Amino acid sequence: MAMRGETHARRADARRRWGLALPALAIIVLFSILPLGVVAVYSFLTPGDYGNVKWIPSLQGWFQVLFERDIFDDTVSLSGAHLTILGRSVGLSLVTTLITLVLGVPTAWFIATRPLRQRAVWLLLITIPFWTNLLVRTIAVQEMIRSDGLVNRLLIGLGLIEAPIQMMFTNFAVLLGMAYVFLPLMVLPVYAAIERFDFGQAEAAYDLYASRPYCFRRVVLPQVKSGIIAGSILVFVPSLGAYVTPRIMGGGKTMMLGNLIEMQFGQGRNWPLGAALSLTLTVLVLLALVWYTRLTTRESNNG
Amino acid sequence: MADRKFDIRRLPGAGPLAILCFVLLYIPMAVLVVNSLNAGEQVSVWEGVSLRWYAAALQNESFLNAATNSLILATTAGLIATACATLAALATTRTRDFRGEGTVNLILNQPLMVPEIVLAIALLIIFAQIKQATGYTGLTYLIVAHSTFCIPFAYMPIRARLQGMDLTLETAAADLYAGRFYTFRKVTLPLLAPAILAGFMLAFVVSLDNVVMSEFLKSPGQDTLPTYLLGHLRRNLTSEIYAISALLLLISVLIVASSWLLTRKRN
Repeated sequence: MAMRGETHARRADARRRWGLALPALAIIVLFSILPLGVVAVYSFLTPGDYGNVKWIPSLQGWFQVLFERDIFDDTVSLSGAHLTILGRSVGLSLVTTLITLVLGVPTAWFIATRPLRQRAVWLLLITIPFWTNLLVRTIAVQEMIRSDGLVNRLLIGLGLIEAPIQMMFTNFAVLLGMAYVFLPLMVLPVYAAIERFDFGQAEAAYDLYASRPYCFRRVVLPQVKSGIIAGSILVFVPSLGAYVTPRIMGGGKTMMLGNLIEMQFGQGRNWPLGAALSLTLTVLVLLALVWYTRLTTRESNNG
Repeated sequence: MADRKFDIRRLPGAGPLAILCFVLLYIPMAVLVVNSLNAGEQVSVWEGVSLRWYAAALQNESFLNAATNSLILATTAGLIATACATLAALATTRTRDFRGEGTVNLILNQPLMVPEIVLAIALLIIFAQIKQATGYTGLTYLIVAHSTFCIPFAYMPIRARLQGMDLTLETAAADLYAGRFYTFRKVTLPLLAPAILAGFMLAFVVSLDNVVMSEFLKSPGQDTLPTYLLGHLRRNLTSEIYAISALLLLISVLIVASSWLLTRKRN
């Protein structure tokens, strides 16, 4: 009897909690998950003449992600443009992650090892750019490197170059913009991990005659690793899907996946291809997230 | 050895790199602000300090429209997202686990796991059809979209606070015959208030900053501050653009600084 009452109460409790979560769940299912389903369906349809789709099943969209068919002799070859953009997206995102690692980890270390009072101020200095509009920050970087921007004027003033260097609308510009914009995303989680580290352990290791590099590698690193991985994921994922920064810094010349997707729904008028590219991007991001989850769960199992 | 004073905190090179990092972060923003103060007509010719571009922006009707839209949007989307997130956080953090809790958490975080551009395109496909069918082109589309991706941002701080909360006060209230809703109103809500405020602020800023969703889903002639900026970037860089950017920068500094001061006072 008592058991039955217990399950009854448990069920009532579960019902009530689903009820509480319902508004949030309904909004996300209706306006995020369901639309994604529509994208998935659209990727298997035929492009309409003026955008949109015809309801004729087709694998063309997915086919065109990687291949193109010659309109004259019907031969099939790998799509150079799409592969370039795919490669650029992955490549630039990896390099962005690397740059933010090189700059971000020492910065996080620096902040975490300041006296408590100072720490808050340094953190504030990292948080301000983090909260500043992405577009505003991108405009700020553009201002530095455009033809008559500060960097070029400085270099000319110093007599190092004669004419301004064209830096905008290159891979370099996109990279610079992304590294600038996503740097705080690296610093914050790494800082959180270092801050949790008990420096007494490092001293103990040293007393036991561990050398400084050994101590760093075997005592410090394992404990701050999760923060470094989290930071890398937080930078890599939005880099891969970046749209605004490549559009401003790269113009039409150095597109990334996000810009290619937008183009298929705009001038390209190939919605199924756009939909297939969207899902490709989503899968890439999900793979990165799965890798991250597996890495961190293994980590916590070991620890 | 005499110099066996060991301090692993002093990592060689970390200091200089960190300072370099801060300098690199702040120079572009400083240059932007300085440029916005340029009195001259031309962006690249310096003619002294003036606030004329700020005045010009504040008299510019399309800028003011965009600012109004942004404010309405960030406030409503922030409120909707925070209300939904608070209820959801209450559902997922109380005493024991329930069947399907993992699924609920997964769904609540789903908008964070998919690239923004993909969600924007997905909603565009649906909203374009609704717009065509109903002829309605108001702000509701943007409010709905912003509320959706703001939910996880509001959910995070509220859930974190609830997880760390002591349940004995609630139990005590219940033991003293307080009803479920009464307990919530008199005990849980006051304890939760700072986290709800933090969640709302996060959602508000995330909505205010959003470019991609707004750019894809807005109806013609309906700008928010970021889409207004993006539209003007395509044409030309003017000092007015710098002034508007600097104003947005100022807003974020104010929000961050005030939340910083608030948390400091509490400690």
